[in-house]
Amino acid sequence: MSEPKISVDVVRHVARLARLRVTDEEASALASQLSHVLDHMDELNALDVSEVPPTSHAIPLDSPFREDAVREGLSREEALAGAPLEIAGGFAVPKVLGGEG
Amino acid sequence: MTTYEAVIGLEVHAQLLTRTKLFCGCSAEYGAEPNTHVCPVCLGLPGALPVPNEKAIELAIRAGLALGCKVRTTSRFARKNYFYPDLSKNYQTSQYDEPIDEHGELVIEVDGVEKRIGITRAHLEEDAAKNVHGEGGGLHTVVDYNRAGTPLLEIVSEPDLRSAAEAEAYLKKLRDILMFIGVNDGNLEEGSFRCDANVSIRPVGQEEFGTRTELKNINSFKFVRKAIEYEIARQEAVVSSGGKIVQETRTWNEAQQKTVTMRSKEEAHDYRYFPCPDLPPIRVSEERIESIRASLPELPDAKRARYVEQLGLTPYDAGVLTGHPEIARFFEATLAALGDEKLGKKVANFIQSEVLRFVETRGLEATFPVKAEALAGLLALVEKGSINGKIAKQVFAEMVETGASAESIVESKGLAAVTDTAALEAEIQKVLDANPAQVEQYRGGKQAVFGFFVGQVMKATKGQADPKAVQEILRRLLG
Amino acid sequence: MSAPRSIVVQTAEAVRKGERTAVEVCEESLARIERHDGALNAFLYVDREGALEAARRVDEARAKGEPLGPLAGVTIAIKDNLCTRGVPTSCASKILEGWRPPYDADSVERLRAAGAVLVGKTNLDEFAMGSSTENSAFGPVKNPWDLSRVPGGSSGGSAAAVAAGLSQASLGSDTGGSVRQPGAFCGVTAVKPTYGRVSRYGLIAFASSLDQVGPFTKSVRDAARLMEVIAGHDPRDATSLEREVPRYEAACDEPAKGLRVGVVRSQVEAVEDAEVRAAMDATLDALRDAGATLVDVELPHAKYAVSVYYLVATAEASSNLARFDGVRYGLRVSRDDLVEMVEETRAQGFGPEVKRRIMLGTYALSAGYYDAFYLKAQKVRTLIRRDYDAAFEVCDVVLSPTTPTPAFEFGARTHDPLAMYLADIFTLPPSLAGLPAFSTPCGLTKGGLPVGVQLTGRPFDEATLFRASAAIEARLGLGEHEARAFLGDKA
Repeated sequence: MSEPKISVDVVRHVARLARLRVTDEEASALASQLSHVLDHMDELNALDVSEVPPTSHAIPLDSPFREDAVREGLSREEALAGAPLEIAGGFAVPKVLGGEG
Repeated sequence: MTTYEAVIGLEVHAQLLTRTKLFCGCSAEYGAEPNTHVCPVCLGLPGALPVPNEKAIELAIRAGLALGCKVRTTSRFARKNYFYPDLSKNYQTSQYDEPIDEHGELVIEVDGVEKRIGITRAHLEEDAAKNVHGEGGGLHTVVDYNRAGTPLLEIVSEPDLRSAAEAEAYLKKLRDILMFIGVNDGNLEEGSFRCDANVSIRPVGQEEFGTRTELKNINSFKFVRKAIEYEIARQEAVVSSGGKIVQETRTWNEAQQKTVTMRSKEEAHDYRYFPCPDLPPIRVSEERIESIRASLPELPDAKRARYVEQLGLTPYDAGVLTGHPEIARFFEATLAALGDEKLGKKVANFIQSEVLRFVETRGLEATFPVKAEALAGLLALVEKGSINGKIAKQVFAEMVETGASAESIVESKGLAAVTDTAALEAEIQKVLDANPAQVEQYRGGKQAVFGFFVGQVMKATKGQADPKAVQEILRRLLG
Repeated sequence: MSAPRSIVVQTAEAVRKGERTAVEVCEESLARIERHDGALNAFLYVDREGALEAARRVDEARAKGEPLGPLAGVTIAIKDNLCTRGVPTSCASKILEGWRPPYDADSVERLRAAGAVLVGKTNLDEFAMGSSTENSAFGPVKNPWDLSRVPGGSSGGSAAAVAAGLSQASLGSDTGGSVRQPGAFCGVTAVKPTYGRVSRYGLIAFASSLDQVGPFTKSVRDAARLMEVIAGHDPRDATSLEREVPRYEAACDEPAKGLRVGVVRSQVEAVEDAEVRAAMDATLDALRDAGATLVDVELPHAKYAVSVYYLVATAEASSNLARFDGVRYGLRVSRDDLVEMVEETRAQGFGPEVKRRIMLGTYALSAGYYDAFYLKAQKVRTLIRRDYDAAFEVCDVVLSPTTPTPAFEFGARTHDPLAMYLADIFTLPPSLAGLPAFSTPCGLTKGGLPVGVQLTGRPFDEATLFRASAAIEARLGLGEHEARAFLGDKA
């Protein structure tokens, strides 16, 4: 194990994707901890799984469908009960511009 | 001078006509008070889980089959991860490498030339919530989750389109088909049929694609055409002057009549797709797919061809009548109620000249007061000779106003043609008696005066006389 | 050693017969919580009013001659990652502190309908991520057998509550051992059902393809009673199985004679702790004594379970926990800019282990790494599942220790996340294979710490696990040698 698998820069990039603000100390601690864990995970490279299908659910499941019938949901009061900031019957956030981000 | 050609691919988001959302039982209806069509699932409350709407799956299959796609017997939902407040879970449940429909095509016609446009895929996904910007003194965005989770079918074309006209033709065709098969209401204004366009240019003859821009949120056919035309011209201008196209997202600004930058892709998107662990694969049997195929109605192209071949309509008339599923349905129901295919042309003419005039002023959505059976009743009166075409228009206007039947209007207003031969003959004799000079002229060989007599008779009978009967009697009395 | 009393079954019976009132039973539980939970910190919220109200309703129903449910008057504690209508549910996280769900989890709904009295919400590792409850934002839970040691995790509060008699049963959730490991550390019966057997509706997701709700009880029969109530199809969970739920209590009475027990020899021999080894030997003797046949089996890919699990579970978690952004509920750290608001809220709202796992999972899914990590892990998961298929050709249950050691001391592993993860080595393989797995107490160390044995069954075959666990319990059960002794309370 020479170079850490994950650099501080990669940590910063991933933290940005995950919307986590990390301090410098946190970033360097995470870089070393995650590298340590990922080094262990290198053991998987010993296995040839090229012919093995992935398992996303271990138990075979049916394809359950829901009938297209309206069910009562929450009242607006219930929906907004936990809202940190409510304006005009909606969930308010600092103003955003443009599309998805 | 290098000549360029445009390469255009379209992504259409069509809202599926279900009663409820894709993964929960909340109403998918448009226009409710903010945050009243919500539940733990579409609000993304901790612990809530999605269950797929069977109808949405069926409609997606229906659309796939109508677009000539291969429908997968096993498809899968995947999570598209990105943070944005209109996503209640900060991921969108969509489909990624196993979409429900793949490899379809659509045939468009531009300037009389047919062209096949490939459809790469059509996949199911949930819609996002609505962000209302500038609330709370302009400092806030307010999120309404009513729309969150509404089922969409995203239909992705191959980059086979070469002009704004082709793009427009493709969109119209796609919308027609989806409306005819009952999958989508085709409403661009309310956003239930939305289009994004990927546009790039390349020198004619070059294989590889140029850098593309993405035009987002184009909400009318007119804008699609203008936006794409503008964008092609803009890119040509940039490239011709030695510049480079920046990969970015742009939108059409109607006020400025140009496309403007929404955001550039300085930060590459990393959606971290993976199969949604809350949702097992969607398995659909071949039998089910075939039964959905069997239930597909006649598609607009086939209908148009049949109107021309079987009913003898002109291609133009056939096109008008198949412009909307409701018009086609009305036309066919009227014809069926009359029970005589040979009347197709007459029904078509009346619908185009009279019915569509009312539909235009009243809008298609309003429930049209005259049922097909009632219109058939009116046209039957014309066929029998009870009323003539001119009176029919008058009666029809009355039917639209009052909803009364053609028979009752004709009767109550005394509009029935004067078909009593004796009475008509007396009426005609009066006309002849009143115009001895013209009678002399006619008998002297001046055939043109005949028209004068007909006009006088019609005037005397307030237009109610059957013109055929009038001519017959006139000839006899003058002869 | 002997089987402990089945207090759940007995209480329901006594309440039905009118020998005890539900209110009495409830008050006893509330009094014990009052008396001991200051030391244990097993509860994050005690719903005194709600519990007494539910108990009164049971007594009124009985007075009116209405039929009583199978858990009438039984006091049950609920892990705080299961939604309870109107009752705070925080997942032991600052980001969700004070949130009151507008709905009940399916398992909670079923318990209420069966007449259970829900006394409160129990402490856990934040978002069920951990093996010691040291990751709770509201302080760790103490092991009632030794207050200097961890109760295990993540369902440490639920395990400790039952061990210390604060409630007669509890619900936990198990993603990679979060019911079985604390069950072993606290000396109680712990059940992880087959994936899909119990609805996940209302269970706040950690890793959706692994999470299962399961009960803690003093006795095997009590666990069977709870499982009969909480198992079953739920149309609100697309991964819920449409399978009939067998009579688990009847399975507890079936003799173990003829049962083929597959011993994962390599796992038993990998245990360095002599006392855990001794407890395993005693368990094998007990099973032989009960007439079971022992065969050796191997799970060649089980050793990769830690790597596979910590890729799959963190990837799913990174997506599941994205919804905590300060927009709709929970904590918001106000900022003028949206992205800063979300980043700061998550930075302050999540603890270090949760952040670590979100980071690992985000990394494993991100462009360029998906195939190398997440996809590869899902493929090795297939190999682990196949290992079990092969093992079940020759045996009916697979036996291994639940944990390599008994309960460890606070702080022993917090400095090294990987060491903490590696201790889950025995509980992870059944989770990855979706199989039912129980931890049953099978002895005490000389120092008086419980040891658990893990039994893994075929898919849907919880019944055979009840049968085998009952046989072990009859010979090695901890009897009335209760953890409450350590609380200076011999009642």
